[in-house]
Amino acid sequence: MKLLTCPINGTRPLQEFTWGGEFREMPDPEQATDEEWADYVFNRSGAPGVKKEWWHHTASGVWFIAERDTERDIVLRTYLYTGKMSDD
Amino acid sequence: MPLRLLRFALSHKHPEPPMFTEHDQLGKTYDVVIIGGGGHGLAAAYYLARNHGIKNVCVLEKNYLGGGNTGRNTTIVRSNYLTPEGVAFYDRSVKLFQDLSQDFDLNLFYSTRGHFTLAHTDSAMRTMRWRAEVNKHLGVESEVVDRDFIRRMVPEMDLDCSGHSPIHGALYHKPGAVARHDAVAWGYGRGADMRGVEIFQKTEVTRIDVKHGKVRGVDTSRGYISTPKVLCAVAGSTPRITQMVGIRTPIVIQPLQACVTEPIKPWLDTIIVSGSLHVYVSQSDRGELVMGASVDPYEIHSTRSTLDFTEGLTAHMLDMFPFLSNTKVNRQWAGMADMTPDFAPIMGKTPIEGFYIDAGWGTWGFKATPVCGETMSYTVAHDQDHELIRTFRLSRFKELDLTGEKGAASVGH
Repeated sequence: MKLLTCPINGTRPLQEFTWGGEFREMPDPEQATDEEWADYVFNRSGAPGVKKEWWHHTASGVWFIAERDTERDIVLRTYLYTGKMSDD
Repeated sequence: MPLRLLRFALSHKHPEPPMFTEHDQLGKTYDVVIIGGGGHGLAAAYYLARNHGIKNVCVLEKNYLGGGNTGRNTTIVRSNYLTPEGVAFYDRSVKLFQDLSQDFDLNLFYSTRGHFTLAHTDSAMRTMRWRAEVNKHLGVESEVVDRDFIRRMVPEMDLDCSGHSPIHGALYHKPGAVARHDAVAWGYGRGADMRGVEIFQKTEVTRIDVKHGKVRGVDTSRGYISTPKVLCAVAGSTPRITQMVGIRTPIVIQPLQACVTEPIKPWLDTIIVSGSLHVYVSQSDRGELVMGASVDPYEIHSTRSTLDFTEGLTAHMLDMFPFLSNTKVNRQWAGMADMTPDFAPIMGKTPIEGFYIDAGWGTWGFKATPVCGETMSYTVAHDQDHELIRTFRLSRFKELDLTGEKGAASVGH
């Protein structure tokens, strides 16, 4: 069984979680051009790599961030979103 | 007789020539380089040579021909889509498919079966009526049928699905078919090879040489090739290639799994699809049930397969066909599906001059192989999007002009 660690609820089976897609910084809607906004809405970094992603623990409703290698499908770490993502 | 067979096997003289010429060395220059030796890439090479007289073409495949999603799908061919653009496009593909065995002089085992898309809810029935009307309007054989019709055609099915998701009716698409997918790739490959196209297996593209927004060549694991035109037809590897030229796309890779059962007596001569139960199934000529489901629920760049998938799929199969409870699953596998937000492909020209894309084929690419080859070869030859693929252009996202194919593209969305 595949497991994922929720920062609040601990390690749980993957079936309890929903993938929320890649984390992306939202541009300022007032300042962004239409093209920048469309890029934010639709485009993704599709190539494999270690990515920051939104995950949702369905049972408790907790949204959090997971850093995952999308080629090997290994989660490196999970943490709650604090509003500040540029830690590296 | 066995001795003759053995002598034949050991002999160097075989009456059947190999399907393709093996070239020792890459050429230095080609008019067109096609990345990806799957059905789409080889079909584009074939039509470039046959329809447009462009024969100085090479196809680069990092693994073996047809070893990607071409050889991993469940081989269904149909055209009962939802948008007029989608229907016209896939209908052209079905028509091309029907003559392909003759074209290639190779038996594709193209088998017209009739295709049911089951509706388990009122809202699904509404979508089926909508699709049937769009289809009929565009001359595609497609109709909404009731439970009695389904019962007559598929008497083995439990129309109540164990009582918890009873079938209300279905969209019935008579031309729905299955075909031998490897043969489609080989047929196109052999046809292209005979016309002078060079095919290289085990040859990986490592870099695309772009200068001033124009393609100049590609670096491969076997050396540099200079070329003004590159066609990218690599399905699940698309983001790795578009990254090389700095193009951003909405494509996300999610695995799509499939499996087959042990061979059993022929009993299912139609193709059955249930969006609500996330199942599509047909019976192969060998008697195996070929089954697939929806994509895995998150992004993964590998072709691993899981027990979750077989458990979920077989449970739903048993809802429809309880008598299969002792049938064993023989093999399972996965392909990397390049999913787009509107469940339509991304085809045609790109912001890089000379870089063409045939991607975003998610879970619906096999049936489009012939028409993709035809329209992409036109696009590459004329440096202009073919009219059938204009609606699938990459810039539609920027222009907020998406297509609406979600209801008809696949299952479980």
